[in-house]
Amino acid sequence: MAQDDHSGAELAAADSSHAANVPAVKTGTALIQADAFENPGFPPHRPRVTDEDPKKERRAQRTVYTLFYLSILGSVWAIAAYMLFPIESNDVGAVRLNNMFIGLGATLALLGIGFGAVHWAKALMEDVELADERHKIGGNEVARAGAVKVFQDADRESGFTRRSVIRNSLIGALVVFPLPAIVLFRGWAPQDEHPVELLSHTMWQKGTRLALDPSGAPIKAADVTIGSAFHVIPEGLNDLEHGRLEQKAKAAVLLMRLNPEDLNENVNRTSWSYNGIVAYSKICTHVGCPVALYEQHTHHLLCPCHQSQFDVADHCKVIFGPAKRPLPQLPIAVDDEGYLIAQSDFTEPVGPSFWERH
Amino acid sequence: MNRSKRRTGRRHPLATVALLALGLVFTGGAYAAFSTGTAQAEAAPNSQETIDEGSKLFQANCATCHGLDAQGTANGPSLIGVGAAAVDFQVGTGRMPMQMSGPQAEKKPVQFTDEQVKQLAYYVASLGPGPDIPADSLVNGGGDAANGAELFRINCAMCHNVAGAGGALTEGKFAPPLTDVTGVHIYEAMVTGPQNMPVFNDLNISPEDKRDIITYLQYVQDNRSPGGFELGSLGPVAEGLFIWIFGLGAIVAITVWITAKSN
Repeated sequence: MAQDDHSGAELAAADSSHAANVPAVKTGTALIQADAFENPGFPPHRPRVTDEDPKKERRAQRTVYTLFYLSILGSVWAIAAYMLFPIESNDVGAVRLNNMFIGLGATLALLGIGFGAVHWAKALMEDVELADERHKIGGNEVARAGAVKVFQDADRESGFTRRSVIRNSLIGALVVFPLPAIVLFRGWAPQDEHPVELLSHTMWQKGTRLALDPSGAPIKAADVTIGSAFHVIPEGLNDLEHGRLEQKAKAAVLLMRLNPEDLNENVNRTSWSYNGIVAYSKICTHVGCPVALYEQHTHHLLCPCHQSQFDVADHCKVIFGPAKRPLPQLPIAVDDEGYLIAQSDFTEPVGPSFWERH
Repeated sequence: MNRSKRRTGRRHPLATVALLALGLVFTGGAYAAFSTGTAQAEAAPNSQETIDEGSKLFQANCATCHGLDAQGTANGPSLIGVGAAAVDFQVGTGRMPMQMSGPQAEKKPVQFTDEQVKQLAYYVASLGPGPDIPADSLVNGGGDAANGAELFRINCAMCHNVAGAGGALTEGKFAPPLTDVTGVHIYEAMVTGPQNMPVFNDLNISPEDKRDIITYLQYVQDNRSPGGFELGSLGPVAEGLFIWIFGLGAIVAITVWITAKSN
């Protein structure tokens, strides 16, 4: 802040004297290009209206203290609003009023201080242009030598270099110290099962009944009328004590019934559907959002996250968007009592790609 | 005034017009009173008169696309077996008669009276069995809103938005907002699956569960968002646009003001 005492005009004069400096070394025959950019210095000083007109100055003063008073008012109002609009009933309307009025008071309180302070500084505080020169980044020779000496003294006094056994054992201790944390964090990952195995299999297995989400009631084939869409979970999912949501996240299925004539089925998969009833994984093969926006006439499934579209009539082939693979199909059949059952688990991992599956 | 006119033997030049207007208003009013009187007498649902009236309305307004016997043509599907609920929904919300071909029939001002809608509905219901117009007890919102909310999130929210604000589908189609849709029409839509909406029959979502869903939607409408300004409940797009334009705009404006030199 050494320059703070100088006025703008003096600084501008000092700058122009620098430009006129004669180079210390002769240039000889070398071609020296003149610097294209010349320091323009400060623009001419323009006094503010508040400096020239006492009326305007008083007005600015009024504005500033009014803003500070408004801030006080806002703070007092926020306290009053807390009392006047309590959240006592279970009514969401009360929460809204409480938040809104306290918020308005706090906003006024903060903005009043902020705008007032800035306006004070801009319109009323001393108006001079200043430049603070940066000091040199490097220290001087004495300071540098002093710093080196501090390190040398510390090394000599502590014996860090001399007592190498102590030093090496300390380094060893520091290296080993984080290991317990790594072991503890590893405990959060799947222990006895391989992650690829976990990602490749779901709760569905041969004979698992298809059940309604969320009630868990099994679904009869006759219940599924043409044009229907059922949101399906494996029967027994709701009875799981551990990992219910993890299992649901993998096993969620959308069951649809199309007119069998509309289904364009692969010969290998004709036994996977029943009278036009088809079941597909609800987990998008792009990044795993639930795909359930089913259009019953176009037979298109739309993923709401990134607009991938799958054609249910054509084994959920991707017809638009970033998904790479079709949705995995769950092979279904009907048991003796007429309930829909799975013939097996999905024949491929559901959901997005992972390291071992591209 | 009149007396003086009569004495001079001259009528006011507007007298004929006034007389004509009076006569027309009187006969028109009398006819209207008479016809509504007779129509109310015929309003018994499922009666042969209702079905006959519906048949006439159908021939005049719907047969061009759906065929003279509602058997369907290249321009419109067969209506045999769609039930009274489908007709009450499509005609009662103004979606039918369709104005023009497009990605989907849109809601517009209803073209028939409630009674004519019912007549059409019972005519179509008489062609083949189908879902009926639901009873009042199922659509008046007296159910369990919490259960309805869970079912709505599982079955409906992916298209209609969790607050029922609607959303986009493919190729110009969209799931309409469910705000300001009557309970009857919501119920009928679930049970019949209009246009590209899937069917949710009574074995998928039971009538009581449908009532709960309607209750939830009415609850959401009556208790607006506790956060205040919901920006159409459209989620990140509307909220992002708002904060990018107004939030960042305010920050830029304040920055310009702080750094600008005072006058």
